Amino acid sequence: MQVLCAELGIQIVKVGLFLACFNESLFPETGKSVVKILEQLNCEVDFPLAQTCCGQLQYNSGFQEHTLALARRFVDIFAPYDAVVSPSSSCTHMVKEVFLQLAEDFNDHDFELKVRNLAQKTWEFTEFLVDKLKVTKLGAYYPHTVTYHATCSSSLGLKLDDRPLRLLKQVEGLELVEMESANECCGFGGTFAVKNKEVSTAMLQDKIAAIEAVDVKYCVAVDNSCLMHIGGGLSKKNSEIEVIHLADILASRKEEI
Amino acid sequence: MPVVERGEKIAFKNAAERTLQDGQMRRNLRHATTVIRGKREIVVNEIDDWQELREQAKQIKTKALKNLPRLLEQLEENVKKAGGQVHWARDADEASDIVKQLAKQSGAQEVVKIKSMTTEEINLNRVLADEGIQAIETDLAELIIQLGNDESTHIVVPSVHWNRDQIRELFVREFNQPELTNNPPELANAARAYLRRKFLTAKVAVSGANFAVAETGSVGIVESEGNGRMCLTLPETLISVMGIEKVIPTWEELSPILELLPRSATGERMNPYTSIWSGTRENDGPKNFHLVLLDNGRTDILKDSVARETLHCIRCGACLNICPVYRRTGGQAYQSPYSGPIGAIFSPQIWRSERHFAHLPFASSLCGACADVCPVKIPIPRILTQLRYRMKRQSGQAGFFERFAIGLVTWFFMREQRFAWLLKLAKFGQVPFKRKDKLASVPLMGAWFEARDLPAVADETFRDWWKKNKS
Ligand code: SF4
Repeated sequence: MQVLCAELGIQIVKVGLFLACFNESLFPETGKSVVKILEQLNCEVDFPLAQTCCGQLQYNSGFQEHTLALARRFVDIFAPYDAVVSPSSSCTHMVKEVFLQLAEDFNDHDFELKVRNLAQKTWEFTEFLVDKLKVTKLGAYYPHTVTYHATCSSSLGLKLDDRPLRLLKQVEGLELVEMESANECCGFGGTFAVKNKEVSTAMLQDKIAAIEAVDVKYCVAVDNSCLMHIGGGLSKKNSEIEVIHLADILASRKEEI
Repeated sequence: MPVVERGEKIAFKNAAERTLQDGQMRRNLRHATTVIRGKREIVVNEIDDWQELREQAKQIKTKALKNLPRLLEQLEENVKKAGGQVHWARDADEASDIVKQLAKQSGAQEVVKIKSMTTEEINLNRVLADEGIQAIETDLAELIIQLGNDESTHIVVPSVHWNRDQIRELFVREFNQPELTNNPPELANAARAYLRRKFLTAKVAVSGANFAVAETGSVGIVESEGNGRMCLTLPETLISVMGIEKVIPTWEELSPILELLPRSATGERMNPYTSIWSGTRENDGPKNFHLVLLDNGRTDILKDSVARETLHCIRCGACLNICPVYRRTGGQAYQSPYSGPIGAIFSPQIWRSERHFAHLPFASSLCGACADVCPVKIPIPRILTQLRYRMKRQSGQAGFFERFAIGLVTWFFMREQRFAWLLKLAKFGQVPFKRKDKLASVPLMGAWFEARDLPAVADETFRDWWKKNKS
């Protein structure tokens, strides 16, 4: 792969990995998968330890000042990198869209400049692979049936289109089965799941029914936050089906199984 | 018959708890919204410049709202010139009072009504009924709601939650026609026969307005059934109640909106009836025309630079049909004529003092499907978060616990070291609740754990792993 990159003239990119607070603590494997893949593609990956959280929880709960404080901190931490890559599309969306809105709403020009600069080099993980590094075939091997859930932030927020699917289709041994309403929200929405638990649960149950209606072993997506919600629902009802982040599939190799 | 009544004034969550139990409603709504969405998608995809049209309409609306005072004056002047009268209403009560007085002056016992959101907003039917004047809804879906003593669940198709068997049952009872089948044309015919008698005898008609064109003082209605056309031509007096945001400067600027609306609303290339009238005419149509211009909080909405776009809405209902929350709870959970995503942003802004509407901006997972489908590109999720922000700032005591919790979490996130402590704290704190690598329940978090597990904080967080292996 490194040879391939060199042949294609892809330069070494200094990547700042923005993992997101819940990935760090609850899904560390996804972080390792991203590092592994990016390093194989000739990127120099750094994980700035100063990073904490993008403030999405605060923002969605109506605490804009708190979000702004975290956002100001965030842009300084990631400013030095050529590219900032994250395996969370909702957090990427925060950086690329919401930070800018905050800068406008609070009339902070200095911050706005920093955000503009950062936003144009911030990528969601699959977007970075397909658009920036221009690869879809990563040599992954994953001999399982999976169904793809298009998370709201990835399909509606970042408009990733078929990028995740193009990556999935190149995985050897993998069988992809489409579920009904794959792009309908799973009902997570951060505190929405708690504040309006009845509606959230109704949405979750429909999502789980759609997943169970197709005969698969895994439900895959590009956001662990949504997968935590869907996986939590599946596990609560003792389903055999598990959830997995796309990066973890892409990092699987035949020789490692 | 409604599962939740409009006057109940309960939190969305509690209302939704009830509507979610209504399996028949949910099945009907799911089916109907799926059908409309399918039709919409076909007719939207056949337009190459749909995205440009949306942008154009957005610009037109932005500009019109910027010049609103001038446009309204121009509209008033031109309506008067054409023989109509203009009335200004600061709020709902003023508007319904104006209509009531006008109806009384005409001596009518009955008024026929064209489907209209603004007259619902000002609660007109009830105000008229208290005066002994009966308002007859002539839109088929609205008539079903009226005869069935139900509440609307959709801004375009109020009875979208009724299936044809239920409608047949209602008509058999109300029209005393036991031989009716559930065949839609037959049902429509029964309603038509009933309505014809009303059209021919009514002296007064009441309508809303989809738009008004300032340059000629013209008011317009788009509809599918033709009942509106009857109301606009037969009665002697026509009273139209219009939200002030509906005015457009010129005919030219109306064109993109008329292209976007029917495709978005009912999945039709063109709506069957578009009626436009300017004042009155001798020997043609109503002799008296009254335009009631309704503010009811709209000028306040304009003051918020983000939420302002709420007023761009052309009431197509596309955001309802796609909303995963609305599609499950139905419209009654919103306790307002305006339901779904647009209701969640509009109701709390026009009825600021109604505390129960303050819950609405939180009744969304912020998935963004509404903004994606909206023909005038209203950034609904952004407005929802803006309203959440405003409400949090206003809610002093009530929000104390949340304010404290969010403040604390943010404090932890403000320093690398504190974040490391937080992770350690979580790892330690979860021990009593950990079952293998999962948490099955945690005190105070029952709302989550009723239907979901949670992964436990990993023994080795990514941070720890990175420090050990990479740095
Ligand atoms: S907000 Fe947009 S999609 Fe919803 S009813 Fe209004 S115009 Fe239609």
